Amino acid sequence: MLAHSLFFYFFSTIAVFASIMVTVSRNTVYSVFFLILVFISISILFIMIGAEFLGMIMLIVYVGAVAVLFLFVVMMLNITEQLAKRPSRKGLINNISVGSIVGVIIFLELLVVVGGWKYKGTFVPLSATNLNMDISNTHALGNILYTDYIHLFQVSGMILLVAMIGAITLTFSKRENIKRQSYFDQIQREKDSAVSLVEVESGKGVKLDD
Amino acid sequence: MIEIGLGHYLTLAAIIFTIGIIGIFLNRKNVIIILMSIELILLAVNINLVSFSIYLQNLVGQVFAMFILTVAAAESAVGLAIIVIYYKNKGSINVEHISSLKG
Repeated sequence: MLAHSLFFYFFSTIAVFASIMVTVSRNTVYSVFFLILVFISISILFIMIGAEFLGMIMLIVYVGAVAVLFLFVVMMLNITEQLAKRPSRKGLINNISVGSIVGVIIFLELLVVVGGWKYKGTFVPLSATNLNMDISNTHALGNILYTDYIHLFQVSGMILLVAMIGAITLTFSKRENIKRQSYFDQIQREKDSAVSLVEVESGKGVKLDD
Repeated sequence: MIEIGLGHYLTLAAIIFTIGIIGIFLNRKNVIIILMSIELILLAVNINLVSFSIYLQNLVGQVFAMFILTVAAAESAVGLAIIVIYYKNKGSINVEHISSLKG
């Protein structure tokens, strides 16, 4: 129990600190790295409370794909030159006041919900959480994901497909000055358009460009 | 304090959610930070879903957390593509300069 609480406080402190740094840090690359730190610590928390599959998936998807995507985009766009231009002071203060008011209100609302919510009667505290040891978390998740939620699963696959097509069509740009193969023209080319038989008289040359 | 319960996880999720919301407001630099704040918000929602799913011994929460993860990945991919073409066209992704739709 003590180990659990120690781990929880350790990793949640890291996560909160890193998520503050994501929004605060001046350099965008640093904030991407802090985002990775948040994801790693939260996925460790997930693994600790027994959602191993989701924790691992978060590591793979967020750290392995999304954060690297962010990093690529940050490195592709030349953002460092924008860092030199400091944001205007007045707008910043205005934003801070509005943002902190909205943030504090939302936080208080969430606290009211968390504090005032009556837990279910058959609520199981974590110390008594009896994870089914016969099958692993991944196995159990697969059992319901591929049966009860198969349609949602396929719809999520379609979402990924649409997102992929959208991202490719958005960023695709036809470049000039590049010689490309046109497969149809190459395949459809026939003998008549390429080869011509010429009767060559002796002593005379052949002039092709007639 | 020592006993870690559901409330602790929900509070952690609330803190991260709030940081994400404040991050959207505070940010004066570029749009990428806003996307990262949205990722933080979705992460907080995921924490809520997973902790409830563990505590109520119901796996449905984890399934939905996975769908949220899918949507978050798709959203960030499309958002980053939009940012890339915006940068190609305008040469800047500073939040203050993105006001073409103001009219």
